[in-house]
Amino acid sequence: MTVKTLARKAARPPAPRSVSRETRLLPVTLLLPGIVVILFVVAFPMLYSLYLSFTNYTLTSARSFHFVGFENYIALFKDPVFRKAFGRTVLFMTLAVNLEFLIGLGIAQLMAKAIRGQGALRTIMMMPMMFAPILVGFQFKWFFNSEVGLINNLLYSLTGALHIIPWLVQVPLGFIAILVAEIWMSTPFMVVILEAGILSLPLEPFEAAEVDGASGWQKFRHLTLPMIMPFVYTAMAIRSLDLARVYDVISIMTGGGPGNRTELIWTYVYRLAFSGHNYAMGSAMSYVTVIISFLFTWYLFRNVIKSRWEGRE
Amino acid sequence: MNVEIPRTSQSSVSENGRFGKAGRRRYRSDTARDILLYIILLIFFLPVVWIVLTSVRPNVEINTRPPVWIPAHLDFDSYKILFGMPTPEGAFGMGSSIPFENYTRNSTVIAFTSTVLALIFGTLAGYVFARFRFRARNPIFLSMMLARAVPGVALSLPLFILFARLGLSDKIPGMIIAYTALNIPFTAWLMDGFFRAIPEELSEAAVIDGCSRWTALLRVDLPLAMPGVAASGIFAFLTCWNEFALATVITRTPASRTFPPGLYEFTGQFVSDWRGMTAMSVMMLIPSIIFVALVQRQLVQGLASGATKG
Repeated sequence: MTVKTLARKAARPPAPRSVSRETRLLPVTLLLPGIVVILFVVAFPMLYSLYLSFTNYTLTSARSFHFVGFENYIALFKDPVFRKAFGRTVLFMTLAVNLEFLIGLGIAQLMAKAIRGQGALRTIMMMPMMFAPILVGFQFKWFFNSEVGLINNLLYSLTGALHIIPWLVQVPLGFIAILVAEIWMSTPFMVVILEAGILSLPLEPFEAAEVDGASGWQKFRHLTLPMIMPFVYTAMAIRSLDLARVYDVISIMTGGGPGNRTELIWTYVYRLAFSGHNYAMGSAMSYVTVIISFLFTWYLFRNVIKSRWEGRE
Repeated sequence: MNVEIPRTSQSSVSENGRFGKAGRRRYRSDTARDILLYIILLIFFLPVVWIVLTSVRPNVEINTRPPVWIPAHLDFDSYKILFGMPTPEGAFGMGSSIPFENYTRNSTVIAFTSTVLALIFGTLAGYVFARFRFRARNPIFLSMMLARAVPGVALSLPLFILFARLGLSDKIPGMIIAYTALNIPFTAWLMDGFFRAIPEELSEAAVIDGCSRWTALLRVDLPLAMPGVAASGIFAFLTCWNEFALATVITRTPASRTFPPGLYEFTGQFVSDWRGMTAMSVMMLIPSIIFVALVQRQLVQGLASGATKG
C-alpha cells in the first residue's frame, strides 16, 4: 500500500466518536498563536486603514481629520488615472499568471524528464526566487536602460548598428518590460509546484496509454494535464495572492511613470499615500487592490477545493 | 506498507512516478529535449552571471557603450570596500558608507527567528486544518490566506503607526513579529497538505496506546512531515530575507535595517554605485543558494507527496 491510497482513506471523514474535552480544546490552542500574530500585524492595522479610508487623513494633517464617508471611494472611481491603472493591473495579473503558467508548465515537463543532475538544474532554476524583488527591479531597469542597457548593447553587438530603444519609456514597451521582469522572477515558483505535480503522477495510466499507442501530446493532453489540475490551481492561487509583491520591481524600474504610463494600482497607492500625502485616498485604493486579489484567489480557490474532492472520490 | 517519505527523491520517484521507466526509450529525442532545457535555464541564469560579473569587473567597464562583455581583469575592490578592507587609491564605492556588518546581523537574526516562529505557528495551524473538522475551519483558512494578499505597500503605513505607538518601530523584535505574521498563512497552507498525506490512523493508534494528542503530534506526525517543514522553511526564509516594502518603512537606522533597503542606499541622486550594489547582492544570494541547494530535493518531493493538493 502506498502513501497515497492510505492518505485517500484517511481523508474520508472518520466515524463519529466521543470526543474528550482535551481533543475539543486542542484545535483552539494550536490555532491561537498564529491567529493572534496575524490579527496584530495584519488585521488590526488594516482595520485602522479601513477607518482612515473614510476620513480626510493626510500625512501632513495627522492630528486634525474628520469622517467623510465614501468620498474617497467616489473620488477614486472618478479619477481617470485610477481607472486606467485598475484596468492595467487586471490585464497585468491575467497576463502574468497565465504566461507564467504556460512557460512554467513547459519547463516543468522538461525538468521532470531530465535524468542527469536534476538537483543542480533545480537549484539553477530557482535562482530568480532567491533574488530580492528590489534587486530584480534594479537589474531589469539596468538591462532595459536605453543608453547603456544590456538589451540595447546586445543589439549593438549583434547588428553593429546603434539602437537606442527607450524600453522603459515608450508605451507598450514599458509594460512589456515590467511583465518580462515579473515573469523572470516568478516562473520558477510555478516550475517547482508543477514539477512536483508531474512527479506525483501514477505510472499505470501512462503505461496503458503507451500500449494503446497514444502520442506524447495525447498523453500530455488527456493524462498529465487533467491529473495535475489541483497543482495548477494551487500554483495560480498562490501567484495571484503574491502578485502585489511585484510592486518592489515596478517601483524601481519605472515607478509607474513616466507620466503614469506603467502605473499599476500598487504604485499608485504609493504615489497618493506617500508622495502625494493623501493617505486616506491611498487606503481606499489599497482596499480595492485587496478585493481584486481576493476575487482572483477566491475563483481559483473554489477550483482547488473542487478538484481536491474529485481527486479523492 | 510504505508510509515513510523516502529521503532520496530519485529512487522514490522511480518507484512511484512514471519517469523511472523512461530509461529504456531515451536516446535521440531525449538528448534534444535536455539541450532545450539547458538553453531555457541559461536564459533564467544569465542575469545571475551578469550580477556576479559586474561585481568583479573594473568600474570603467560598467555602463559603457560599446559594451565590454568579458572583464579585462578581475577587480575585487567593491567587496573590499564592503568589508572595510583597505583599497587602492581612488577606488570608487559607496559601500564604505554602508554598515554591511549591521545589515548582515539584522537580516540574519530577523530572517532566522521569524522563519522558525512562522514554522512553529504555521505547522500547528496546518495540523488543525488537516485533522480537525469544525464549522469555522474554511472561513478561518480563507481569511488567513487573505492576510497574505494584503500588499506590503498598503500595510506599511498603518503598521508603522501601530509600531511607532508601541515602540516597536526600528526594532529587531518588531520586524520579527511582522515577518512571522506574513509567513504563517502560507506555511499553514503547505503543512495542511503535508499532514493530509500522512495516514490519520498512525496518530490514532498512538492515542489508543496512551499518548496524548499533543504527544502524538510531536512524536508521530511531525517527524513524518519534516520534508514539509523544510519546504515551508525555504519559502518563509526567502520572503524574510528579501522583503522590501515593509522593511523600508519600519526600519529607519542601521540598528534594525536589513539588506533589501540597504541595497537601495547604493543609489544616489547623481551617482549610483552599481558595482557595490551587485557585490552586496552576491553576498545576499550566497546563504539563499546554500539553503535552497540543501532543501530543494525535499521541497519538490514533499510538494509531490500531496502538499499542494490541499
